[in-house]
Amino acid sequence: MISERVLQLRAQSVTATPFISTERAELLTEFYAKSGPVSTPVARASAFKYILEHKKIYIGEGELIVGERGPSPKATPTYPELCCHTLDDLEVLASREMQPFSVDEDTKKCYREKIIPFWQGKTMRERVFAAMSKEWMDAFHAGVFTEFMEQRAPGHAVLDNKIYRKGLQDFIREIHEQLHNLDYFNDLKAYEKEQELKAMEIAARALVTYANRHAENARELAAAEKNPQRKEELEKIADICSHVPAHAPRTFWEALQMYWFVHLGVITELNVWDSFNPGRLDQHLYPFYQKDLEEGRLTKEMARELLQCFWIKFNNQPAPPKVDITEEQSGTYQDFALLNVGGLTEKGEDAVCELSYMILEVVEEMRLIMPSACVQLSSKNADRFLKKAIHVIKQGFGQPSIFNTDVIMQEFLHAGKSMNDARAGGPSGCVTISAFGKESCTLTGYCNWPKILEITLHNGIDPKTGNRVGLQTGDPSSFTFEELLSAYKKQLKHFVDIKVKGNNIIERLYAQYMPAPFMSLLVDDCVKKGKDYHDGGPRYNSTYIQGVGIGTLTDSLSAVKYHVFDKKTMTMEELLDALQGNFASEKVRQMLVNETPAYGNDDEYADGVAQEVFEAYFSVIDGRPNTKGGTYRVNLLPTTVHIYFGQVTGATPNGRKAGEPLSDGISPSQGADIHGPTAVIKSAAKIDHARTGGTLLNQKFMPQLLQDEAGITNLAHLVRTYFRLGGHHIQFNVADAKTLRDAQQHPEKYRDLIVRVAGYSDYFVDIGKKLQDEIIARTEQQHF
Amino acid sequence: MWWKERCIACKECQNVCPQTAISFSPEFALDRKKCDLCRECTIVCPSGALQIVGEDMTVPQVLKEIEKDTIFYDESGGGVTFSGGEPLMQPDFLYTLLKECQSQSIHTAVDTCGYAHSKILLRISEQVDLFLYDVKVINDETHKETTGVSNRLILENLKMLSHKDIIVRFPLIGGLNDSEKDIAELGEFLSSLKTIKTVSILPYHRGGAGKAARLLNPQPHFVGEPPSAETLDAITEKLKNFGLQVSIGG
Repeated sequence: MISERVLQLRAQSVTATPFISTERAELLTEFYAKSGPVSTPVARASAFKYILEHKKIYIGEGELIVGERGPSPKATPTYPELCCHTLDDLEVLASREMQPFSVDEDTKKCYREKIIPFWQGKTMRERVFAAMSKEWMDAFHAGVFTEFMEQRAPGHAVLDNKIYRKGLQDFIREIHEQLHNLDYFNDLKAYEKEQELKAMEIAARALVTYANRHAENARELAAAEKNPQRKEELEKIADICSHVPAHAPRTFWEALQMYWFVHLGVITELNVWDSFNPGRLDQHLYPFYQKDLEEGRLTKEMARELLQCFWIKFNNQPAPPKVDITEEQSGTYQDFALLNVGGLTEKGEDAVCELSYMILEVVEEMRLIMPSACVQLSSKNADRFLKKAIHVIKQGFGQPSIFNTDVIMQEFLHAGKSMNDARAGGPSGCVTISAFGKESCTLTGYCNWPKILEITLHNGIDPKTGNRVGLQTGDPSSFTFEELLSAYKKQLKHFVDIKVKGNNIIERLYAQYMPAPFMSLLVDDCVKKGKDYHDGGPRYNSTYIQGVGIGTLTDSLSAVKYHVFDKKTMTMEELLDALQGNFASEKVRQMLVNETPAYGNDDEYADGVAQEVFEAYFSVIDGRPNTKGGTYRVNLLPTTVHIYFGQVTGATPNGRKAGEPLSDGISPSQGADIHGPTAVIKSAAKIDHARTGGTLLNQKFMPQLLQDEAGITNLAHLVRTYFRLGGHHIQFNVADAKTLRDAQQHPEKYRDLIVRVAGYSDYFVDIGKKLQDEIIARTEQQHF
Repeated sequence: MWWKERCIACKECQNVCPQTAISFSPEFALDRKKCDLCRECTIVCPSGALQIVGEDMTVPQVLKEIEKDTIFYDESGGGVTFSGGEPLMQPDFLYTLLKECQSQSIHTAVDTCGYAHSKILLRISEQVDLFLYDVKVINDETHKETTGVSNRLILENLKMLSHKDIIVRFPLIGGLNDSEKDIAELGEFLSSLKTIKTVSILPYHRGGAGKAARLLNPQPHFVGEPPSAETLDAITEKLKNFGLQVSIGG
């Protein structure tokens, strides 16, 4: 049952076109034009304060949860201190086919006259590129890896339960304690800590001011409101906004509004590279829900409506506009808020509660791309909960994805987290785990494995440009298979070294120039350490380089091993010629496609190669120190980068033609898994998930498979088996190819059709033809 | 088997065939009278358009395939089903496999048409947990017309096995075995066996037409009518009235 109010708010959110708002950029520019000689953290916090003191307050008709990042829903701010869009960029944003943003003449004028003249030459983007070596730039342009931080700030933080127990006044008290205890005689960093702590206080007070402005506005609206019911609501909203975030929330409604203000603070301070969300929402809200129900303050219907209103707020905030390669690697409005339900409590007990079910129902009713929801599934959670999730999955919009709590625990413990922090954590963004409220978990960019093989097969040259980007590892036509593998590993180490060196520089640039005092307030132990989120303040600091194309690389190496060395159906020269000519002979290509043992079929030959390439990647990354006191880890996920990486990668020995997408996540190459989902699962589970920070497995099912309870039970068994085997994550697309093809032809009829892309869902008609084709091609599983 | 949509007409198969059984005119054609199943063509076919269906395997090889899936059986309470073709065509092989599975506590099912020597069936039944047993047509005349043999032996065998767990599979074909009389007789017969708890109605579909084309049979031997949803519901109800559990599909 969805109320008229929610229907209207949802319709408004879904139909509004994202547009560029200059509000934030203008306020920021005004602030810095007048800013005095203060430390960088204090300047950043003061700019944040200036924005929140001056930005337009928006309380929409019928809204129960209030606050927008821009002046209205889908108004999308820019962050010129990070990436100052050029007038050309604005043209591209307005005219591009996918993820367009409307840009009006006033916006262009403002950019031309105020924003560009002030920021050009001073942005993080320019600092980052200027600090990178030639070899880094060469590899970046060749498409060997991407760089998240070239136009967005490190993010990927998720909140724990602290904001439901403490108000910002309590945070400020803790800051004062730390300031009081600073030892200027023995602690050489005392001044830096003082400035950082002062910045945090300014930021905390700024958010309280911002909430009070909403309270005032709500009171004014209430005074003018004729409808008595709405008048009462507005008065209530005013009371709530006067209480949170200054104080800890007392009710379910206040808890949601508390989080929402905090959310707006984080996404206003910086265009954090995604994923900020409340984390374990069912657990956080449950105490408020129970108490409110008991005390007669709330009904279940009201709770549901408030959750629905909360959902719409997320959907109103598209990811800030991305351009160039960053847009290619993550082409979506989706900002990757991934709410968790289920799993374990901090005490290690079954965390599924009534709200877990209600949240899944809200996900189903709202059918929005944001926020995403996932279920954490522990062996302690009941099958009823899993089946409820599958009922929602069956609706075919790709949510929720399912994560294996038991393996996530091992992953956390492998990475040195405490048991309590592990249990309170979970996946965020697409699939990567973090200790909620205690970790900076920075995804730094994708690594194109098949491209590295291509470069190896050309002795260090990128055949696309003829430029030398890799090492000279020798002429492959003289190689044994072991020598080929060893050459690949040398090239891999070479590129990972370049990437790590670049990351370590970029981390320092953000620590120095782009502190995030508001975010730091929220993540333990930044206050205690007096250190910024970007500078090692958090309890845990992980840096990831995401491996992409395990299916394509495995099948390619398997093809070389099988055809060149074992069966000798062709020589290495013949294979290289075939790749060079992008398979002039369809016969050769067909042979490579059809007669190569491929990953995804529970075939030891191919899966052994998959294990080897995983270990190769793991061994050059895992445990290396970053500059924040933490370490590098591996994860395997693609967002939409497998399309871009495919475009820059020539023909591969598995019969994939130049330019075609790579395999996504740890899914098999498109169409290569011909032994059904049980075989896919067996293959995928041979990778040691427990030593990663996340892997992504896509499975596509036709809707008829889940028509009846028997089908749902079968899928539940499949998921449980994958998890028994140690799989980290699985997600399902449930739509038949016919529907998808029709949607390609008649996008207007399918505005609502949501598909699972990678670790997130998106509107099918919004994702671009290539990705659409790719989703259609993902093997359609017709039988269990 | 030939997959039209996979064929790239490279003619490698024609070149390699020692019996000159393959021609392109312009589409692939196979002269089955000449073909001696030497498999040369399937080996050279680069696109996987030509396939021999089935492989020669030993008992340990089949077991290894089965063992790959045991974790799924553990989770779902499922097991392995031997079907076909007709598994009773290879009774000794089947018997050995069933025995091996039993020794490993893997649940087994045999999907059979029941047209086999009673002794063979009885021997197999000692090692099997569940039969999926076809009762295609209860009317013996129609059975003879459509399958070429009488159903008497099949029904006798079913009676003989009725101490075992059995799911009876009944393909429902419009106009062929769906009359009031057919269903009444079927219900009566099955309920008289007492131990048969479930009847799976398999609504006829024309999915076989594609396969017939791949087998290069221009004229499928049999074309029936898929039953309507109403007929399906009515027949389900009728069979239920005989005290049988009825499922559709499966």
